[in-house]
Order: sequence, then structure tokens, then C-alpha cells
Amino acid sequence: MTAPDATHRLLRELAPQVLGVVARRHGDFADAEDAVQEALIAAAQQWPVAGVPTNPRGWLYQVAMRRLADHVRAEVARRRREDAVAAERAATEPFVPPRDADLGVEQDDTLVLLFMCCHPALTPPSAIALTLRAVGGLTTAEIASAFLVPEATMAQRISRAKASIRASGVPFTLPTDVERAARLGAVLHVLYLIFNEGYASTSGPGLHRTDLSDEAIRLTRALHALLPDDGEVAGLLALMLLTDARRAARTGPHGELIPLDEQDRALWSRALIDEGVALVEGVMARGPVGPYGLQAAIAAVHDEAPRAEDTDWPQILALYQLLERLSDNPMVALSRAIAAAMVHGPEVGLEQLRALDADARLAGHYRLDAVRAHLHERAGDPARAVAHYRAAASRTASAPERDYLLARAARLTPSLNSR
Amino acid sequence: MRFIMMMHAPRGDGGYRINDWSPEDFQAHIAFMHRFNRQLTEAGEFVGAEGLAPPGAAKLVRAGKDGAPVTDGPFPETKEFLAGWWIVDVDSPERAYALAAQASAAPGPGGVPLNMPIEVRQVMSGPLPDA
Repeated sequence: MTAPDATHRLLRELAPQVLGVVARRHGDFADAEDAVQEALIAAAQQWPVAGVPTNPRGWLYQVAMRRLADHVRAEVARRRREDAVAAERAATEPFVPPRDADLGVEQDDTLVLLFMCCHPALTPPSAIALTLRAVGGLTTAEIASAFLVPEATMAQRISRAKASIRASGVPFTLPTDVERAARLGAVLHVLYLIFNEGYASTSGPGLHRTDLSDEAIRLTRALHALLPDDGEVAGLLALMLLTDARRAARTGPHGELIPLDEQDRALWSRALIDEGVALVEGVMARGPVGPYGLQAAIAAVHDEAPRAEDTDWPQILALYQLLERLSDNPMVALSRAIAAAMVHGPEVGLEQLRALDADARLAGHYRLDAVRAHLHERAGDPARAVAHYRAAASRTASAPERDYLLARAARLTPSLNSR
Repeated sequence: MRFIMMMHAPRGDGGYRINDWSPEDFQAHIAFMHRFNRQLTEAGEFVGAEGLAPPGAAKLVRAGKDGAPVTDGPFPETKEFLAGWWIVDVDSPERAYALAAQASAAPGPGGVPLNMPIEVRQVMSGPLPDA
């Protein structure tokens, strides 16, 4: 590991801790966040050259508090026209960072930060950006590059998010148990979206996208450490680990998608699967199981099958039926139909899909066509399968999905011609 | 989700012959575009935007048999040309349509909205996570 990498990793870890202390002492989250960002940037420039200070947390705290004082002083000076006096005092104050141990870093601060950044009043893109910066310790430039937007655009998203938090008047304290239960859903959703952004995207610079799923796992791990008894937090962490375990197997040498049943399972990460399965078992034993826990259980069943044909589809079908009862989501119904087809045959799956045609949320969605195509292929009807593969390909806005669907259709075309 | 908004302007005697406009009308039009781009940036929706040079100097390029470029054009018979584009990052297609409508109403001669056609198409991106 190179020195800048080591600094980076350390800063990401320290960022929420320092921000927690500064925000608690200063009171205004938005100002504190700006000041800590400036301290992080200063550290990223200085530490690789000058070495990491013996009390890095205290160093960051000191610099951030100084920046805050500078900002406050500048405000005051503008009003009282006392710039000269203020500047002189600033220049003569000795720079003695407090010892890390004296800072009073509290584990709960990270939790408070997460709940602030995932405020329900924020749109998901704003909440994601703010979470990555305040809790993840990423710079605005890094977040902008991961989401493929200009830095100015991302900076505006973050400052709007902070303005919304300030306008909402939410103090920097841990929400009450009732509020926390209500807002934990938003926190988990944001972490889930960050993970998906990293896992599902193959466009753009790959490194940054992988960083995002790693970051989501790191943050969810931290949340799990703070709330070890929450089944949905454990469930989400398990879901991420069990999904990420397949990362190396799900794309081919040219970035093409490889479906689950064709992946080389030797490439799956055994360590991540074991960890995820252990988490799922804990969640199932404790009960009641929520949507993330159920999705993790489904992922675990897939991951535990040594070969695709060994997959325990009856169990997956049962889990999807439970999941359907918890969430009114047509995508879950779609997955349930696939599982039903694997257990009872493609005709049963196609029959269940017919009920979904009436759902306006799914009408014209490429996934419906894609699933139909697969089931017609399995039912031995290549003509219908090709038609649905092509229909799905024309509707998806995802380039790798389109390529996969067209390749699938092309593979069936010779069998059409030979008839 | 990302969308490209392509501003099509009619060739010939349509309303987008900017060079023939009065300086005031031209400036009002340009000021509108600057305001619009600033609004997109402040909303965190801006990805990119460019205006294109007039089509009179446009060339269509193909590789010849030896790989050397062969140019063709300009094409006076074309009814419409691409005047410029934006790429926006928004929460829904409806939001992209609303932004396109806003851009379409950019002021033309005499401050009258041009109501130019703006083609809106989603930019392809990564896949959904596998189940």
C-alpha cells in the first residue's frame, strides 16, 4: 500500500469521528461539515509528505476548529471592521492539537451523522452525496467522479442537502427511539443505493464504482457494530456481502454480464459467503425477519449451491412468498414467478406473469419481457423467446443488459432457422 | 437517471437564424441559456451542455478504403439541424421533459418563446444488480 492510500484510508476512518466531535461542540452541522472537509483536504496534502501526526484525530479537530473560528471571525470582522485585530491574534496563537484521548470521540456520533445525512426530507441523490462525504470521508471530487457528474454539480447537491438539514432544524443529537425506528429505514435505503451504484454500474471508471460498494459495506459494517441487535441492519450487511461475493464471476473478460446460472462458482468469494451466511442464520434465529433479511436469505440459498442445478428453488420460492407479503413491489412478484417456474415448470411461471400485465408499475418494463423470454426459451419455444428478448433489449436503458439480451436472442436464432 | 436533451432548430426561414436577430434579442436568448445552465447546476442536475456551430460548415466524415477520411457536406437540403445539447441527471423522465419544455421556451426575436423541438433520450447506463 502506498503512502497516499494509507493516508486516505485513515482519513476515511477518522472523518466521521472528528465531524462528530466538531458538530457536537459547535452545534451547526453544516458549518462543522465544511470545516472538517477543509481539514481533511489539508491532511490529504500534508500527511503523505510530512508524515502522519502522532495524534491524527486531534490534528484534524484542531485544524477544523481553527477553520470554524476563522469563518466566525471573518463574519464578525465584516460587521465590526476588526479584521486586523482578529488576523493578528490568529497568527500568534500556538498550534497545539489536543491529545486524541481527550477529544471524547463517541461511537454514537457516527450513528448521529448517518441519521442526519439520511434525513427523510432529502432526496436519495442528496442523501447519498452527503453520507459519502460526511460519514464516508470522500471528497466532493471523488463523489462527483463516481457519479459521473461535474464537481460543481455535486458541490451544489451537497450544499443544498446541508441547507435542507439546517432548515429542518434537526439538532445534532441521537434521534429518540421512536424517531430512530422511523428513520432507520431511510438510512438502510441510502446505504443500499450506494452499494447498488457501485455494484450495478459498469459504465464509467470502474475503480470508483467498486469503491462505492466497498464504502457501502464499510459503512453498513459500522452501523451493524453500533446496532448489533437490529435484524434489518444485519440483513442488509449480509445481503451486500452475499451479493459482493459474486463480483469476480458476474462479468466476462469484455465486461459482458454473466447470468447467475452460468457463473464460474469457483470465482465466488468463500470468505464473504461464509460471513454473510453466518449473519443470515443469526437474523433468521432471532426473528422477525424483514425485507433485507429475506433478500439476504435468498442470496444465501443461491450462494450455497455448489452448482446452479443444485439450487434449492422450493426454499427460494417460499422466501419470495414471504417477501411479497412484506412489500408491495411488482419486482418481487416477478422474481417469485421465476422461482415458481424453477419449481413447477416454465408454464406455471408464464401463467403467473400474466397477472403482472395489469400492474401499471411494470407495464412496458423490460424485465417483464426478459423474464418471459427466458421462460419461453426453457419451455422450448425459441420463436417467442427471441421476440421477447428483442423487445426487452429495445426497452432497457442499460448497455450491458441490452448486449446480454441481444446475445441471448442471437444464440437462439440458428435453432429457429433449422426448423 | 441521465437524459440527453437535443435542441433541433429548423433550417431555412425558421426562427433560429441567430445571426439575423437584433443584438438585444440575441443577448436575451444567450442570457436565458446561461440562467438555465446555472439553474441546472444549482439543482445538482447538470452533467454537461454545449451549443454547436452553425451547420453550414458541418462535414460528414467516413473512412475511405485506405482509412483516410473522406468528407462530404454541407447538406443544405436538411430540414433540421442539431443546435446544441444538454445532459442532465434527474430523478425521473418527467423531470427531464419539464426541463426540456423550459429550454424549448427560450426567447427568440422580440422576446417571443421559440418553442423549438427538443428531443429527449435516456442515456444508457449500467445494469440492475442480479437477483
